[in-house]
Amino acid sequence: MNRALILIRRRLLSALPVLALVVVGTFVLLESASGDAVDAYLVSTGGGDAALVESLRAQWGLDQSALARFWLYVTSLLRFDLGWSVSFGRPIGAVILERLPNTLLLMGTATALSFGVGTALGIVAGSKPGSFRDRALSIGSLALYAVPSFWLGLVLSVLFAVQLRWLPLSGIETLASGKQGLERALDIAWHLVLPAGALGLIYLALFVRMMRTGMAEVWRLDFVRAARGRGVSRSRLVLRHVARNALLPLVTMLGLQAAAMLGGSVVIESVFAIPGFGRLAQEAVAARDTPLLMGVILVSAMAVIVVNLLVDIAYAVLDPRVGAS
Amino acid sequence: MSFVARFLRSPEGVIGAVVLVLLGLVALLAPVLIAGDPLAIVATPLTAPFSDAAVPLGTDRLGRSVLAGLIHGARTSLLVGLAAAAVAITVGSLVGTAAGLAGGLADEALMRLADAFQTVPGFLLALAFVSVIGPSLPVMVLAIALGAWTGPARLARAEVLSIRERDYVAAARVIGMHPAEIALRQVLPNALPPVLAYAAVIVAGAILTEAALSFLGLGDPNSVTWGSMIAEGRTVLRSQPFLSIIPGLALVVTVLGVYLFGEGLAEALSRRRVAA
Repeated sequence: MNRALILIRRRLLSALPVLALVVVGTFVLLESASGDAVDAYLVSTGGGDAALVESLRAQWGLDQSALARFWLYVTSLLRFDLGWSVSFGRPIGAVILERLPNTLLLMGTATALSFGVGTALGIVAGSKPGSFRDRALSIGSLALYAVPSFWLGLVLSVLFAVQLRWLPLSGIETLASGKQGLERALDIAWHLVLPAGALGLIYLALFVRMMRTGMAEVWRLDFVRAARGRGVSRSRLVLRHVARNALLPLVTMLGLQAAAMLGGSVVIESVFAIPGFGRLAQEAVAARDTPLLMGVILVSAMAVIVVNLLVDIAYAVLDPRVGAS
Repeated sequence: MSFVARFLRSPEGVIGAVVLVLLGLVALLAPVLIAGDPLAIVATPLTAPFSDAAVPLGTDRLGRSVLAGLIHGARTSLLVGLAAAAVAITVGSLVGTAAGLAGGLADEALMRLADAFQTVPGFLLALAFVSVIGPSLPVMVLAIALGAWTGPARLARAEVLSIRERDYVAAARVIGMHPAEIALRQVLPNALPPVLAYAAVIVAGAILTEAALSFLGLGDPNSVTWGSMIAEGRTVLRSQPFLSIIPGLALVVTVLGVYLFGEGLAEALSRRRVAA
């Protein structure tokens, strides 16, 4: 366990400069947006005279130099204060925290789907490299990877929600249904089938291809030939010897995919009207609420760092060679 | 065996190349194929596909021809995809080469910068950039490239780290060649093949990102894009699903063509390495 702790400390230390750069980046974007918080506030309240503008700018520290404002921005971030969302009329941190669980649920389900099914199909393809089913699965997964997730979401909802009426069209749960406990959990799971399916099916292709390529490489190694010589049964050979050794890079992919999936959830959530973190980004854009958008970006960067940390820990547990030096 | 001959031996690559050449022709000839403004109203709104010879794929809610949008949309998709990939690969390989050759603190700083760009989801970055600067084609290209340059930069850097120790680089140094000239004429050209093999993935990603941005209404408002056509059709998704499905199919075919072409390219490049 000591090994994992050293790893965590090293990772967190190297994440600090990265996070600092992201903060500088969001500040630069905030500065280049036309109009500031006072303008946004006046638009939402119906305007005011020049004296009010002056006093608000002074009150919110917007009349100071860029450097002083940057300092103000950083110190408030250090107090976990992401600022005030004009479009919601609430602190940005609170809005984000409220939206985050829905997105984590969506991403978690989609990840489990793409990793689980993708790995299984990859094993089917990689159990016999070069065979017909290998080529068919490889081409099929490539075709799937070419599909835009938001369009797949629309097509699935036309098919399963509009035509067949099997699944709900949008939302995360039935509104004002008064469902509690298990019943509510099932309701949410039911609503998640289409969005998680649309998001997960796209990334499934990646895992299929990685798994089959990895297995094709392991088949050539000496220990596989040795196992074959010992008379290890075919299914045992495929699962325990080849697939197991090809699985590790997929865990790394899981971390790399986290950022892409978070980005993908923006469009999926707006297709399915899920009140999540990704849809918040789009709402912030629509309402021209730049501080809220920057808050979303900062939190998503932090989420990506945390996911990658978790992946690193999983990796260290799975592979004893990692972090031993 | 020449590079072209090796490429032609891969069935995927040939299919991809055919698809891309056809799409390229359609995009180039768009003003000839469908004259006039693709956003013009030409027939009764919501004409079903294959029912009117004048508008073979039907019309949208406002009576604009779907076929005209599809053909002119190919221009935007390919243009933005290729331009964003070109910017990302150029910037990425220059940064990667600089980092690999300079080493030390500069290398560390550039790679931390790449880390920061990779930590923010590329789509969110593009979304923020476009919404802050305002939507137009050049801004879209830059926004997409912002999230895509890190891959080429890392690949180029890894390649440069091994190239800079080679004898011909030492020889160039001995004859007193300027470091910038060594970087651009000796090192960079040799570091490019793995970056180029990855180019198809970047082009495909750029096309998909552009589609998603214009689906959310952040595309260039003055040009037709497949993403905006899908969004437009979404309002009548229940009764006229074809309006969203047709431009989506065009996207799938295009991106698949790019991927297949990339497969052929990667295969041809790796065969050369085996043969050498």
